[in-house]
Amino acid sequence: MKNNNVIEVENLTKKFGDFTAVNSITFEVKKGEIFGFLGANGAGKTTAMKMLIGISKPTSGKAQVAGFDVFTHPEDIKKNIGYMSQKFALYDDLTVKENITFFGGIYGLSRAKIKEKRCELVEELGLKEIVNELVGSLPLGWKQKISFSIALLHSPTIVFLDEPTGGVDPITRRQFWEMIYKSANSGTTIFVTTHYMDEAEYCDRVSIMVDGKIEALDTPKKLKLQFKAATMDEVFLKLARSPSPTLPEEKGVNI
Amino acid sequence: MKRFIGFIKKEFYHIFRDRRSLFILFGMPIAQVLLFGFAITNEINNVDVAFFDKSKDAITEEIINKIEASKYFTNKQMITNDAEIESVFKKGKVKAVLVFDTDFSEKLTKENKTTVQIITDATDPNTANTINNYLSSILQKYQQEINKEIKISHQIITQTRMVYNPELKSVFTFVPGVMTVILMLVSAMMTSISITREKELGTMEILLVSPLKPFQVILGKVFPYIFLSVINAVVIVLLSIFIFKMPIEGSLFLFGFESVLFIINALSLGILISTISSTQQTAMMISLMGLMLPVILLSGFIFPIASMPLPLQMISHIIPAKWFIIIIKAILLKGVGLSFIWKETLVLIGMTLFFIVLSVKKYKIRLE
Repeated sequence: MKNNNVIEVENLTKKFGDFTAVNSITFEVKKGEIFGFLGANGAGKTTAMKMLIGISKPTSGKAQVAGFDVFTHPEDIKKNIGYMSQKFALYDDLTVKENITFFGGIYGLSRAKIKEKRCELVEELGLKEIVNELVGSLPLGWKQKISFSIALLHSPTIVFLDEPTGGVDPITRRQFWEMIYKSANSGTTIFVTTHYMDEAEYCDRVSIMVDGKIEALDTPKKLKLQFKAATMDEVFLKLARSPSPTLPEEKGVNI
Repeated sequence: MKRFIGFIKKEFYHIFRDRRSLFILFGMPIAQVLLFGFAITNEINNVDVAFFDKSKDAITEEIINKIEASKYFTNKQMITNDAEIESVFKKGKVKAVLVFDTDFSEKLTKENKTTVQIITDATDPNTANTINNYLSSILQKYQQEINKEIKISHQIITQTRMVYNPELKSVFTFVPGVMTVILMLVSAMMTSISITREKELGTMEILLVSPLKPFQVILGKVFPYIFLSVINAVVIVLLSIFIFKMPIEGSLFLFGFESVLFIINALSLGILISTISSTQQTAMMISLMGLMLPVILLSGFIFPIASMPLPLQMISHIIPAKWFIIIIKAILLKGVGLSFIWKETLVLIGMTLFFIVLSVKKYKIRLE
């Protein structure tokens, strides 16, 4: 692995029976980069991401995440990454504080460390009033921020965000991207999937997946030049003119 | 280990903050035991009985008095013609009518033979049967009394003794059944719901991406329910000892061991259910239809297995609850040791291992 790359993927493939969800993709992500992983629903981006975070076994190919091989050391990968799902999954019947304590605990953080992190978060996000509230009673925007902060709790090398801005209003989205920038500036690599094309403009580099393949990969600026488009939206439309809408996105990776 | 404790703490938060599940966990066992103990019983008490006495002599009077004196029958009602029999049954209160033949005592003393007819309302066959037995035995007793002086040369005297539950208290047979149902419900349904809930919320995914191993996640989810199920078992036993005066003949230690074994069996079923269902709703439906119904109907809890048709008997063999009921009845009522129930215990252990292996396998497939 080259020094500066935190993710290296080579010909990574995932098949479900006859169906190839991810078809021999190759890319790398540099340290501290905000990497946008784009694609229509069913293009295979969730499947690809699940292989990278160690909860789905690739059929073939090579991949290293945070310096560990996805085939042989998925457990080591898990210790070094953070993950936030599109559902902002937190426990609704636990308070903000209890959620922080619980997730800190499963990443093996000491009690003192959890307390320190929690105070930091309360300070940074202005959580003082709601830290003892049940998460279920909070608005979606708050859940999103807390969910992201919890994914960063154990200071991971890379944080994977699976459509982290679904269902929230534009202002909250804006604020959320500020949080993303902030943690990228402090050296955390951000791997983010989205289908908001305006968000793609915020990324350092983006890849666009169509039918299991990466069809384009570059900075937003260069992609727009290459496809002679004014916005990323146009780039995307030109690439994904006929996506197959019915392919199963979530296949196979539940327990 | 510290992670594990944190996990279990979280699980208890879930349980104690959800009033509904808390009610199912602790309200249900108590309600069920009390219900089965007091209300639902197949003993008969204070049954209304009517008499159609065509002869009205000293002997019939004596018999009527004897019947009324027993605690099983009350409310004397005299009928004077055949048509009335039908009408008292239709009114519904009277469950049995005794018809004495004309010249009852005369026939008895002169011809040594007379008849009395017992008519019972068989809309509820079990009750009718019991009433019939009780009445016949009162008549028989009377007959023995008046025959005391007469020596019959060849005679078979039946001597019945009901062992292990001499008073035929139905609560003694219901307690093992209720306990089985409760443990099954709490262990299997509650765990399968709580695991699928994490799937629905999306937190399961987060847990799987975390350094926790899948088996740690499952163990953490299941452990609190082992604890709660054991508490439930203790509550049920205490209730039956102190409220229903149920005897505990066998070793409490053995009883505890078998209960934990059954709890683990039910939990592994719960895990299995959670691997095949993706929503709490499905998990609940599968638990109710797939587990509760067979446990109630086919385990021998309410309906005796021996009187089922053969196919159902075969099915009952694969229901863990059937074996558990046999085991705890033997321990609690007969006071036997492991040497008498080792076969049933082995069956339970085998089933438990089978379910665990199966759910681990299923679980792995889903992870691929």
